[in-house]
Amino acid sequence: MSTRIASIASNTFREAVRDRVLYNLIAFALLMSGAAILVGQLSIGIERLVVINLGLTAISLFGVVIAIFIGIGLVSKEIEKRTLYTVLSRPVQRWEFIVGKFLGLAGTLVVNTFFMAVGVFAALYYVSRHFQMADGWLLVALYFIILQFLVITALALLFSAFSTPVESAVFAFLLFVIGSFAQDLRGFAAMAHGATRWLATGAAYLVPNFSSLNVISSVAHEQPVAGSLILSNTAYALLYTGMALCGAVLIFERRNLK
Amino acid sequence: MNPSRRITLTASALLVVCMLSSALVLRLADQMRPAAPLQEVLYISSPKVLKRLSLGYDGLLADVYWTRVVQYFGSKHYAGARDYDLLAPLLEITTALDPRMTVAYEFGANFLAPKPPDGAGMPQQAIQLAEFGIRNNPNEWRLYYDLGFIYYMDLQDYKNAADAFERGSRVPNAHPWLKLMAALMAEHAGEIQTSRMLWTTTYETTPDQNVRANAAAHLRALQVDEDVTSLEALVSRYREKTGHLPDSFPDLQAAGMLRGVPTDPLGKAYKLAADGHVEVRDPDDLPFIQKGAPPGYVPPLKPKFLPSD
Repeated sequence: MSTRIASIASNTFREAVRDRVLYNLIAFALLMSGAAILVGQLSIGIERLVVINLGLTAISLFGVVIAIFIGIGLVSKEIEKRTLYTVLSRPVQRWEFIVGKFLGLAGTLVVNTFFMAVGVFAALYYVSRHFQMADGWLLVALYFIILQFLVITALALLFSAFSTPVESAVFAFLLFVIGSFAQDLRGFAAMAHGATRWLATGAAYLVPNFSSLNVISSVAHEQPVAGSLILSNTAYALLYTGMALCGAVLIFERRNLK
Repeated sequence: MNPSRRITLTASALLVVCMLSSALVLRLADQMRPAAPLQEVLYISSPKVLKRLSLGYDGLLADVYWTRVVQYFGSKHYAGARDYDLLAPLLEITTALDPRMTVAYEFGANFLAPKPPDGAGMPQQAIQLAEFGIRNNPNEWRLYYDLGFIYYMDLQDYKNAADAFERGSRVPNAHPWLKLMAALMAEHAGEIQTSRMLWTTTYETTPDQNVRANAAAHLRALQVDEDVTSLEALVSRYREKTGHLPDSFPDLQAAGMLRGVPTDPLGKAYKLAADGHVEVRDPDDLPFIQKGAPPGYVPPLKPKFLPSD
């Protein structure tokens, strides 16, 4: 079982590399070097802040875009090219196919994030000329960004299991936007009454809470991240990812592929 | 040359020509179009709306807005503007997006408070900004220092200045001078030595080169003001003693009132005018002086700082 999942995952990774997904690293490198050199001339006193804010925001947004646009095609592309039938004609379960695809794309995003993180640290060293203990919190922010990718990849895969690529992209992107407003949604629920309150509370817990996974601004100001937050965010992201993947497997298991 | 190669070359040449021409035409259009109205527009003025629109990436948006503040103030300051309508709202948005960006409070308050042409002449907004910064960063002693500085320099409100320095002195790891400042405000608020101490603290504690240059220029200006005051007092005493004004500083030397020809902080000799006033030789090199400038002197829009600052 694990060998079959690993094979699907490694093929997904290789396909993403063949699709020139990692070319975004060039754009990222240009962005970081440009920011590191130019911002000192354009602004005052925020060279370090800009490198961290811009670097981590770019890693997050580039990753979200890759997760959505590759994730939505993971199933539909295989059906369109009819390669799915070849895979499923072998002793491969449908759920193994979904999990393998998920792990392949998650692996691509982790590798991509690793190279981008190296770029951020290099730019940080260029503007500060030294590293400090507080820079270690950037690793926590990067870890949260990877957790965010896991959730979005699983959601993209979920939508990809039952709708067209365009619809999947729209759904996944809208959930990303709504998820970024999750705290506001909770605030709205707290102010509402009656059925509206129940509906708003339900919606607030149903959509992914991306705002708690975003600590970019805090780590840019060298603020520590509580260990309890790291634990709860890890548990939340893994549970939500598991939930979305289970949904994807359930739909895909029942999908008529003829 | 085969047809395919000819087409490639022609298309490449046309592409380059079109690209260069479009850039040229755009440049001409930019010159024809008035630029000012574009600068004075704040498309989204609500910090709350902007924070929500940032989708959680508010730190980066704050950096963008802070850069906009610097560019806005810098360009208007350079053009000698007296109205800075967007400065306060831009700073409000920046600090609402990232309340921990202390650099925005420190520089922002110093952009807002001084009278034009040195700043926007909005000390009340500068105080609001500094107080907002203190509420969000209560352990940053520099913010209390900036607040006291504005009260002292721009509003001559020594009581509130003393209060701000005193509050700052209670912050952990605060600069020890804050306590001294609070005491000085109570006893010697209006004196030149107090101003000198404030600028010296700024000069010694700031990590920023531009702020240090500004503080150095203010310290030189204070020195000139003090020199001119005491030299003109000597001239008055000479007049009382002899019944006429001295022709030059050697007259004062001959009367035993001076040891040599006095020089300004840049090492240039002061001039003694025929009416008994003391003047500096190059007022452009000594921005912010209150005394010693020739009659009718108009200071340049951009204060001149020395490379050695």
